[in-house]
Amino acid sequence: MAQMTMIQAITNALDGELGRDEKVLLFGEDVGQSGGVFRATDGLQKKYGEHRVFDTPLAESGIGGLATGLAIQGFRPVMEIQFFGFVFETFDEIAGQAARMRFRSGGRYTAPITYRAPFGGGVKTPEMHADSLEGLLLQTPGLKVVIPSNPYDAKGLLISAIRDDDPVFFLEHMKLYRSLRQEVPEDAYTIPLGQANIVRPGKDVTVVAYGAMVHTAVKAADEWSKTRGIEAEVIDLRTISPLDMETIVQSVKKTHRAVVLQEAQKSSGAAAEIVAQITENAIYHLEGPVLRITAPDTVYPFGMIEDEWLPTPDRVLRGLEKVMSL
Amino acid sequence: MSAVLEKKSLPYLQVLDEEGNVVSAEWMPKLSDEVLRDLMRKMVFTRIWDGRAVKLTRQGRLGFYAPVAGQEASMIGSEAATQKEDFLLPSYRDVPQAVWHGWPLYQAFLYSRGHQHGGQFPQDVHVLMPQIIIGAQVVQAAGVALAFKLNKEPKVAFTYIGDGGTSQGDFYEGINFAGAYQAPAVFIVQNNQFAISVPVALQTAAETLAKKAVAAGIPGVQVDGMDVLAVYAATKQAVDRARAGGGPSLIETITFRYGPHTMSGDDPTRYRTKDLEEQWQRKDPLVRFRKFLESKNLWSEADEERVIAEANDAVKEALSQADNYPKMTVAQLIDSMFESLPADLIAQRADFAEEGK
Ligand SMILES: Cc1ncc(C[n+]2csc(CCOP(=O)(O)OP(=O)(O)O)c2C)c(N)n1
Repeated sequence: MAQMTMIQAITNALDGELGRDEKVLLFGEDVGQSGGVFRATDGLQKKYGEHRVFDTPLAESGIGGLATGLAIQGFRPVMEIQFFGFVFETFDEIAGQAARMRFRSGGRYTAPITYRAPFGGGVKTPEMHADSLEGLLLQTPGLKVVIPSNPYDAKGLLISAIRDDDPVFFLEHMKLYRSLRQEVPEDAYTIPLGQANIVRPGKDVTVVAYGAMVHTAVKAADEWSKTRGIEAEVIDLRTISPLDMETIVQSVKKTHRAVVLQEAQKSSGAAAEIVAQITENAIYHLEGPVLRITAPDTVYPFGMIEDEWLPTPDRVLRGLEKVMSL
Repeated sequence: MSAVLEKKSLPYLQVLDEEGNVVSAEWMPKLSDEVLRDLMRKMVFTRIWDGRAVKLTRQGRLGFYAPVAGQEASMIGSEAATQKEDFLLPSYRDVPQAVWHGWPLYQAFLYSRGHQHGGQFPQDVHVLMPQIIIGAQVVQAAGVALAFKLNKEPKVAFTYIGDGGTSQGDFYEGINFAGAYQAPAVFIVQNNQFAISVPVALQTAAETLAKKAVAAGIPGVQVDGMDVLAVYAATKQAVDRARAGGGPSLIETITFRYGPHTMSGDDPTRYRTKDLEEQWQRKDPLVRFRKFLESKNLWSEADEERVIAEANDAVKEALSQADNYPKMTVAQLIDSMFESLPADLIAQRADFAEEGK
């Protein structure tokens, strides 16, 4: 098996799906000739031709509309939004159109589109590149949202997303692109959407996380185990819509305490939804309130102070201590 | 003087050829020797500072930077035709126009480092923080211009976008709105041939980007963007026309960026040839204008050296000002969110202060 970074695993998944299904098309800004600003589509235009892998004019609403149109004609568009912060330009095409296609056609048409976008903090990008806007997507019925935390999952989840018959938003944390390598099989495999993964078993408290925060959570949990002898169970959601509440609730029933960790601002996002569902499904198993460890409710401060604005390992530890003390 | 903008054939405007010879006396702007020299000074200054900024970014002493070498005539010739009271909406690459419009250089460096106060322009400087969202500045320019019209202020909103940016819905909407309201706006499309890696030919089937003005019902003109006098002449007409109540117009400057798209990992060898780069370098705006000025005894080696030293000093000074500027804090960021903070943000601010201990 080959060792791959997450970006390599993504390229590998795209390559495999383009080869397997001629209805798969790949397009977006700079994805063709230059292979994408992160090289995620490197070499794919050469291999599959300009009719399968192509550069678009610079207009996200156009790219989104193109995808919807192609999708209802039987193609499987995999479109790239160069950075997630530019999702606003095409939000109508995603939330207002593609995610409503089944509704609008009474099921006659579906929109099996995969939206790929890099996002995530800590890599010093300019304004509107790093923002965690996934909460906006969660309020879009009809749309699935995937956020992998490692190369292996990225490949399996991306293949599932492309093969899914409904629109799926696939978010790629920039900090994870090249920071870790893993064994990734060359052959295709899928990881079901909506299935979380317990990445660190523990009995004392449940820590729910996704994306890059999974690594922050595991690090904090390991340190905590050493210094305090407390064992946190870390759940990597992998998909934030649909949510795998079954795995979360099972864990909470065991630990009786929970904390949700996210990079996004505090209010009304994934963490808020998870806390709500824990209280709906497991309140009698809880020994204290479920807390959120998040960024504050401000604009994402690109550059200078992003590292202290994002949940730091220190802040995570403090949050864990607080959950145990309540 | 607005004849060139009114012509139906969408002319291509050039005053100086690549050797600095006057090819069109008709469009030669009437500028004093002092102003001519100042245009050169600003271009040389900008070329030097751009080179310094590229190096500083590589050393990690600056954060985000989009190089401008090659585009000096397009940027400086147009800004120079505006007045201080005119409002500039720049994109990420248009830092020179913002600086020549009054943005203190140290603040441009703070912006590059991601300090919020980089965008805190002095009261008498009428510029917005460089726009990252491609196209947003164009629709906003229509709004700023409409405000000037409603307030009966003799001011102009001017904004810049790249060739790629003209594909955005916001671009069409902005020029159309400005046309519909006959608002005093000037839209400058800097066609530097590539949007990151994508060549203009893949953006549109339109013959020129200036032609996009036709559908908005506003005048459009294409100018040699490596010719500072042509850019100045076209912008001056457009700005005067807008100020006099004649409505908006669009200028496409044909130019080239010598460097990478930004300093964040772009590799131009993946999408353009050395040959093409050299072809454009032969049109260099500084070389051409220097030859023109020298032929009139308006520029010398000593002038050049003086400006180079001036630019190096200014960069050094601005850098030390930026270094000494108080660091941004999360508490300050939270405070800046609203006029008065709601209860939940007050609580978060307190949490943050405590956690930070
Ligand atoms: C809405 C939006 N989409 C995409 C981007 C990413 N992006 C930044 S610059 C750029 C290319 C812009 O090219 P062009 O408009 O020609 O201007 P230039 O950079 O050449 O000056 C792209 C795609 C962005 N900043 N905003």
